[in-house]
Amino acid sequence: MKWLLKGGTLIDPVAGINGARDVLVEHGRIARVGSDLPAGDAVVREVPKGTVIVPGLIDMHVHLREPGQEHKETVATGVASAVAGGFTAVACMPNTDPVNDNAGITGYILKRAAEANLARVYPIGAVSLGSKGEQLTEIGDLKRAGCVAISDDGRPVANALLMRRALEYAGMFDMPVIDHCEDASLKGDGVAHEGPKSAMLGLKGLPAVAETLIVDRGILLSEVTGSRFHVAHMSVATALRAVREGKSRGVRVTCEVAPHHFTLTDAALEGYDTNTKMNPPLREMSDVEAMVSGLADGSIDVIATDHAPHHADEKALEFDRAPFGIVGLETAVPLCFDRLVHKGIISLPRLVELLSVNPARILGVEGGTLREGAAADITLLAPDLRTRIAAQSLVSKSKNTPFDGWELTGAPAATIVGGRIVYVNGAVTWPTGWNLDVA
Amino acid sequence: MSSVVALDAERITRSLMRIAHEIVEKHPSDSAASLALVGIRQRGVPLARRLAANIQSITGLEVPTGALDITLYRDDLMRHAVGHQPIVRSTDIPFSIDDKRIVLVDDVLYTGRTIRAAIDALIDFGRPSVIQLVVLVDRGHRELPIKPDYVGKNIPTSRQQSVQVRLQEIDGKDEVVIDGENR
Amino acid sequence: MAKTAESSVSLTGRHLLGIADLTPGEIALVLDTADAMKEIGGRAIKKVPALRGRTVINLFFEPSTRTRMSFEIAEKRLSADTLNFAAASSSLSKGETLIDTARNLEAMAPDIIVVRHASSGAAHLLSRVCRSRIVNAGDGMHEHPTQALLDAFTIRERKGRLEGLKVAIVGDLAHSRVLRSNLLLLTKMGADVTACGPATLLPPGLAEAGARVTTSLDEAVEGADVVMMLRVQHERMQGLFLPSVREYFTLFGLTEARLRRAKDDVIVMHPGPMNRGVEIDSAVADGPWSVILDQVANGVAVRMAVLYLMAGDSHEMAS
Repeated sequence: MKWLLKGGTLIDPVAGINGARDVLVEHGRIARVGSDLPAGDAVVREVPKGTVIVPGLIDMHVHLREPGQEHKETVATGVASAVAGGFTAVACMPNTDPVNDNAGITGYILKRAAEANLARVYPIGAVSLGSKGEQLTEIGDLKRAGCVAISDDGRPVANALLMRRALEYAGMFDMPVIDHCEDASLKGDGVAHEGPKSAMLGLKGLPAVAETLIVDRGILLSEVTGSRFHVAHMSVATALRAVREGKSRGVRVTCEVAPHHFTLTDAALEGYDTNTKMNPPLREMSDVEAMVSGLADGSIDVIATDHAPHHADEKALEFDRAPFGIVGLETAVPLCFDRLVHKGIISLPRLVELLSVNPARILGVEGGTLREGAAADITLLAPDLRTRIAAQSLVSKSKNTPFDGWELTGAPAATIVGGRIVYVNGAVTWPTGWNLDVA
Repeated sequence: MSSVVALDAERITRSLMRIAHEIVEKHPSDSAASLALVGIRQRGVPLARRLAANIQSITGLEVPTGALDITLYRDDLMRHAVGHQPIVRSTDIPFSIDDKRIVLVDDVLYTGRTIRAAIDALIDFGRPSVIQLVVLVDRGHRELPIKPDYVGKNIPTSRQQSVQVRLQEIDGKDEVVIDGENR
Repeated sequence: MAKTAESSVSLTGRHLLGIADLTPGEIALVLDTADAMKEIGGRAIKKVPALRGRTVINLFFEPSTRTRMSFEIAEKRLSADTLNFAAASSSLSKGETLIDTARNLEAMAPDIIVVRHASSGAAHLLSRVCRSRIVNAGDGMHEHPTQALLDAFTIRERKGRLEGLKVAIVGDLAHSRVLRSNLLLLTKMGADVTACGPATLLPPGLAEAGARVTTSLDEAVEGADVVMMLRVQHERMQGLFLPSVREYFTLFGLTEARLRRAKDDVIVMHPGPMNRGVEIDSAVADGPWSVILDQVANGVAVRMAVLYLMAGDSHEMAS
């Protein structure tokens, strides 16, 4: 099938493009990118005025919960949520049940993703068997099966020795080790950021230093091994400081931040809404400001949601008993627009770097730019569309978000994976031709 | 809105003295010993004290005097759809009321519900041999079978009117004022 | 002692989840009402019909004979119908959830639920789910509002005021809901609070909440009008918070000698139950400065005041 994406503004920093461009798509691949392309025999799909076209967005930190926790989310519902959020690809963490620590589970996840046929799924394999921190997984086998990185997310990589071995071994395959940086002994029974707010609410604290300590560990070991180390869901100013410092020394460290860590502080915990409970927790204003500055100045590489669905029953518990985590796939783009782009903190090209270019580079997958011949994974954005987040209307199976009721400006308009339109935002007024493409 | 002074300070003083004499007349020496006055908060309390002083000036007898807050016995508690719980003040009855001849003292007798509450409260305190009632003003419109034994003045009123009793000890002056038209 | 005016200050139809939600005027209202309630405890018939026909459920997930009994007596003195529900609460046991337990109790249409739970925020959770009015009898490490109110009542009874008093609160500050509630209440009412404890048990944010903070007992007690000792649980000695009872008592235990630095008319308080020889010496606990037993007596009066003020036509309120 041949079609012409016409009338939008293309932002492709890798290709150095920021202006009106058309995109010709053929057989699921980018055929041509240029100004005022002739339609020829292609179907013309014109976009509404003001639409921004970007290389497909990639969320490199998502929990799809399948196998084992299908009551929270499945691969199918997860990728549907992803495309509704404007993401053409997600990387999913291995803390399923059973843990994705072998090729069999990896294959199962990929099979489910293929059946769903919406966003691409790049599995992240476990560092250790069962993520127990004792024995390395067959990392080569995991890579062959389709894993793009390794992590024991949910937990930190158990000890320095394991981290070192994991970095050395994964380095052979140029796979990054992604670490949930948290010192197990310092975290204790913490459920909220250790600070005045949690102290007055009577909630046990997760100190910032628990995160920074393990970020430091990873950076030093990355330096020693020469392998790539990626900080998952960074949240504190001191961790960012360590990352900046490591980068300046040439260490191969990268880092990601989730939208809730640059839009909410621990003040949100007033009232004990368990939709404000996640790990790393919501931090203090100074940490939020640091994250914002890191997004602006380039020291932060990626925005990734840490989409963590939980069933309503599981969250309807006392704060200290409720599980950590919130969904994020469908709130990320509106938050990024409203709180970063529209506030002048980052430019649109920088947003594309954070949500597409850098994730693709770090995971070693195709994407981040609309290169001729590449798969046509394209995200259309409506920067000025007024959106109201409604938890109950989320596509994800779970509705655990603290952003329910938020009025934001900016939203995904449509999502195209492999040349197929897999999501169209009904709130946008479309000219003809914008229907979902059957596979 | 019209305002009429129904009793001035002098009339109040004379009424209280007359009532004191009536109480003394009804309580010859043997029963006088078990006499006690209980003023109903708020304005019944200074009235009871004045009566006690009057009785003492007549007979030399010191009559035990107490103060009773009936808020917790009101029958209209918990029935306010809006607004707040009435303020509870303290009750101070520093003597046993068992076998006493209690004289309740209140400023205005209207529906009789306050007196009903006061009787219930007293019964929880003990077992008086007799309970009698003094009121400075009886404005009519009884809703319960309650009858005063000693009255300062009967003032027939309509339901639209309000009776304001002001006393030196609380309001800085003595007067009884009727507000509103008698329709 | 200033009495509250008959104004718009009211607790009718509200929850009592914490001191954080009360204004100084509302606190004064509770204390003044408790004055009147205390007198009832001195009568032969310790009962008034104020809450007659109302149902109050004591939902206690943490074992607590003392607080539960105090509430029960308060409820009975107001002629309410009382039900006690002692639920097992363990983060390990997969029993009925808090919300399900509460919903089941709601079927009995209680007017007020008094809840004590090991999780901070449990009372807040119930207030979102239940139609009944909720009284927080202690939630995890968060607040214990009626304790702070009875402590304030006791201080006011002895000292005539709260404003300007120098109050020292000593003990395991990190884990104490009594500290948090008292700190909030005393600072709202204009008292000068010094919080004292070992560095390992000092939570962040005390200074922001208005307290002076010190790890020196002598500094805290110096010139104090009130010294409030908090219970230190034995579990803290096992963990990495405190090395031993002996060390704790030496550094932070209140003895007669250490009390000498306080004002001559200092009063010593403790929410109970006491660990004699750990945070407080018997000579002090049983001595002339101690108002610990008054606190217990006042607890009933204060809880009667709270229940009375919160009640109101709850069914009309709900619709």
